[in-house]
Amino acid sequence: MSFIVRRLIFYVVAAWVALTINFFIPRLVPGNAVESIMSKFPNLQPAAYRAIEAMLGVGHPGSIWHQYWAYLVDVAHFNLGTSTSEYPAQVSTLLGEALPWTIVLVGTATVIAFLVGTALGIAAGWRHGGGLDRVLPGLMFLQAIPYFFFALILLELFAVKAHVFPIAQGYGQGLIPGWNWPFISSAIYHSLLPALTIVLTSIAGWMLQMRNVMITTIGEDYVVAAQAKGLHNRRVVLTYAARNAILPQLQGFGLAIGFVVSGALVMEIVFSYPGIGLLLINSVTSNDYALTQAIFLVITFAVLLANVIVDIVIVFVDPRARAREATR
Amino acid sequence: MTIAPAIGTELTAVTQEATQPGWWRRMPTKAKVGVVLFGLFVLTAIIGPLVTPYDPSYQNPSPGASMNAPSAAHLLGTTQSGQDVLSQLLVGIRLTLELGLIVGVVATALAVIVGVTAGFLGGFWDELLSLVTNVFLVIPALPLLIVLLGYFPNRGEAPTIIVLALLGWPWGARVMRAQTLAIRNRDFVAASRETGERTWRIITFEIIPNEVSLIAASFVNTVLYAIGASVALAFIGVADLNSWSLGTMLYWAQSQQALQLGAWWWFVPPGLAVALMGTALVLLNTGIDELGNPRLRDASSASRIAGRWLKPADPTPVLSEISLRRNGFAGFLHSFSRSSLLDKAEAGEGR
Repeated sequence: MSFIVRRLIFYVVAAWVALTINFFIPRLVPGNAVESIMSKFPNLQPAAYRAIEAMLGVGHPGSIWHQYWAYLVDVAHFNLGTSTSEYPAQVSTLLGEALPWTIVLVGTATVIAFLVGTALGIAAGWRHGGGLDRVLPGLMFLQAIPYFFFALILLELFAVKAHVFPIAQGYGQGLIPGWNWPFISSAIYHSLLPALTIVLTSIAGWMLQMRNVMITTIGEDYVVAAQAKGLHNRRVVLTYAARNAILPQLQGFGLAIGFVVSGALVMEIVFSYPGIGLLLINSVTSNDYALTQAIFLVITFAVLLANVIVDIVIVFVDPRARAREATR
Repeated sequence: MTIAPAIGTELTAVTQEATQPGWWRRMPTKAKVGVVLFGLFVLTAIIGPLVTPYDPSYQNPSPGASMNAPSAAHLLGTTQSGQDVLSQLLVGIRLTLELGLIVGVVATALAVIVGVTAGFLGGFWDELLSLVTNVFLVIPALPLLIVLLGYFPNRGEAPTIIVLALLGWPWGARVMRAQTLAIRNRDFVAASRETGERTWRIITFEIIPNEVSLIAASFVNTVLYAIGASVALAFIGVADLNSWSLGTMLYWAQSQQALQLGAWWWFVPPGLAVALMGTALVLLNTGIDELGNPRLRDASSASRIAGRWLKPADPTPVLSEISLRRNGFAGFLHSFSRSSLLDKAEAGEGR
């Protein structure tokens, strides 16, 4: 069986674990959606309990296995229940509205941060002890700042004090989302500061990781041999050292993507950016359990998908993987 | 007669002087800065709540006390409802640090148990535990934390600690397992096995003492994760909002529009405290890394011999060529992991 197929099976297992956790949480932890609505409207009669249950579709008829199967079927059909905070909107509709914002913003910013950070890491690793090493403590500080706090600082500097960037929202007021230039340009303008936040805070991590791998790789004999042959420095750095140092970096990317996405979600709140993160906080504050759980699933699946892409890239970049794909 | 004890005391003083600075000087500069910075925070956490100028929850009803910029009476200004920011900060540092350290201890203990067990037992148990570890590594923690804590009726400190610790162990377990794999075939382990030591004794007295530096690094990382996650959770509002932690301070600052009202003294101090605490931990960790791998040290640690700068050589790699024979179900489980790609034996068999 090829590497990719085996990895896909692993991700299916991971997805199944996430789905199962998601199924059992509301059944094991005290508190539920119906009770939170009942407590919000104290004048409701106890008899209304069943009615609310039926309205939300959260009644639990049948055995636990029957429920579990029904739940899996529902998820497969994107039937994720009804939102209580924006009743009677379907959870899947709300997700569909918010998801593109987050995917475009977080996806683009993360890829840019990864590429720039890796390039800087190559430079810092090669010129070990040089100028880039002197900014390392500063970068560690950037890395340790919570995303949302950095977002607050950027907002204070560039939106409140300097009025260079808009203070909130995903696009200008009075615009209708669609494929027209005024809307798209406004959306890009509004996404610059959030994107800058993600890039600046996550770049340090990629850079430090790449730098450390580069330093270890440069000590290898084949790099010394390449230099001894009199090859051009650029060729030694890029095709000998960096070429091999990028593999652990890619594996690290797969593992760290969950952290970056989580940080970016909290950051969206600061910018009131109309993505998944803002939806998540609204669902949490209004005890909209169906929506919260659906968002957890969507984020998990997105991170798994990103990992699948990383694995495919690894197969393309790592000759060992390609050789084994070919021989099997 | 009086000379003897004098010499004795002098001797101990001398040896202390000889070892103490040596140990401190051997530490990389980054680690030193990290230790000092983190020590300052620990001191603040211990002393801070005892010397708060005001009760952090006291709301000054007079309208003149609301949203004051820093002044002599309120060194870091006041909030919308006239609460003293400095007092909140001092109390908040303790709560946040306390939570981070408790989660660090519990999660690192879990990581050691899972990682060492997997690495030492090997075979089926190793692959099963590794699979579980990898699954929990790939599922993003923060959304799961939010979902789990969202269901707790009172989102207090105890549930937060439990849930953070339950989700914080996989990184450490991964590292711990790799190290255990590397040392479990060493001679001293084989020797103690031959003398008939019991498995738990080998693990606690032979294996774990050899992993202290890794456990320390993993602990530092876990505390960093716990502080970051708990502050983010509180900022979202998934926390006990009546207690004062750095996260809840930021939550109230955000929800009461501190930014839009220009009250930088309200949200900058707690955020800066989190960032500095995190920096201290990152520095500490880089220092621990550099202790283990001298190549990573900056050029200043290179020594000058006969006019040439020489860098210290690489120590024995932790993950040297470990060839593990995997067969049966264990091999089957392992083939699903990303690291299966790097197996030499398997790669050779393809040719």
